[in-house]
Amino acid sequence: MLDWRWDFTFDILPRLIAATGNTLLAAGLGYAIAVVLGLAFALAQRTPYRIVTAVVREAVEFVRSTPLVLQIFFVFYVGPQFGLRLSPWTAGMIAIGLHYAAYLSEVYRGGLESVPKGQWEAATSLNLSTARTYFRVVIPQALPPSLAGMGNYLIGIFKDTPMLSVIGVAELMHTANAIGSETYRFLEPYTLVGVIFLLLSLPTAAGIRLFEAWVRRKLGMV
Amino acid sequence: MSYLEFLAQYGDRILGGTLVTMLLTVLAAVLAVAIALAAGLMRLAPSAPVRGAAAVYIEVFRGTSLLVQLYWIFFVLPLFGITLEKFTAGFVAVGMNLGAYGAELVRGAILSVPKGQWEAALALNMSPAKRMVRVILPQAVLIMLPGWGNLLIELLKGTALVALIAVADLMFQVKQINGTTFLSAEAFGTALIIYYLLARFMLTPFMRWLERFMQRKLGRA
Repeated sequence: MLDWRWDFTFDILPRLIAATGNTLLAAGLGYAIAVVLGLAFALAQRTPYRIVTAVVREAVEFVRSTPLVLQIFFVFYVGPQFGLRLSPWTAGMIAIGLHYAAYLSEVYRGGLESVPKGQWEAATSLNLSTARTYFRVVIPQALPPSLAGMGNYLIGIFKDTPMLSVIGVAELMHTANAIGSETYRFLEPYTLVGVIFLLLSLPTAAGIRLFEAWVRRKLGMV
Repeated sequence: MSYLEFLAQYGDRILGGTLVTMLLTVLAAVLAVAIALAAGLMRLAPSAPVRGAAAVYIEVFRGTSLLVQLYWIFFVLPLFGITLEKFTAGFVAVGMNLGAYGAELVRGAILSVPKGQWEAALALNMSPAKRMVRVILPQAVLIMLPGWGNLLIELLKGTALVALIAVADLMFQVKQINGTTFLSAEAFGTALIIYYLLARFMLTPFMRWLERFMQRKLGRA
């Protein structure tokens, strides 16, 4: 039956905490890729070229509706077949970054579409170039309505990092698996992983809500 | 080996895996809807302990990863004397996880049914249960259906994780094929396309049909 061993718990806790650093690093790197790439995907769907729009749209749909864990395997194993070896970290960051870029592009798209047409007309009448209009006028206004979605996906990417364990990225889940197979004890490592995730994601969610409210106040949107 | 030869040789296993994935999706979806309704209604209950229990369930399942929950249910639950077969553990984990997300959807939809509907039901002297089942829920279902469309795609994707506890679904089969043939592009690529087809040409049209069906039912078509 159930026997929780505290001495064992404190034995493995330092290892798990060290791995939490890797989990946070993976989430942060992946998110950084997704934030930039997602914007590129969103902007590519607003070009005057129908073909570009259609291809990017379909690609985003494809990435969004297929499992991340399968994409991770795909990126990791397909490279070597054609003579390109990626480290688990590189493959993992490409897969998770791309996956969340697809999600974030949808968030940005909504934000960009919410910027009133008059802003574009004003920018045109001021003779601003398209690039300048985007970066100085439209994107700054598209950002606040996108914040809620961006925050949700920040927590989402954090919770999806355990999938990186399947290709051997030494994050939390991978470490818990390793401890489990060394000691044949699964109760403590897996429970601790759950608790660590809960302790990190709940305050982050609350923090993001506060940040969002702060931005809205700052911009006089309330 | 050409791609056609690949399909001829491994098509059966891929098809078998796809059927297992579809079965898992249906079972997990039924469980998720049931849990979402129960937890969503509990979140709106007058009694604080009931509301609290539902809130704890929702926060725990939304605050941790599906993979963590799956491993916990499969490896740790037996220590409590509850041993689930791997297939059962798989769809139970996915269903419970997505049920927690669905609960928030149910709660939001019920709250967004116009106040006048609640008052009218009260004025007609309906019992709270009858009011919920006959008046509020049917309208709430229509509000939450688009949200469920997205959740069901998440659910389908979530079932791919059960391959990690060796349930022989599509993901598991292509992983095995990749392990023996090293034809990664063919194996994983085929699976990616099948998941996409399932999401795009089965789940999404089904949800659209369900939305239209409910609209007709409520006389709003």
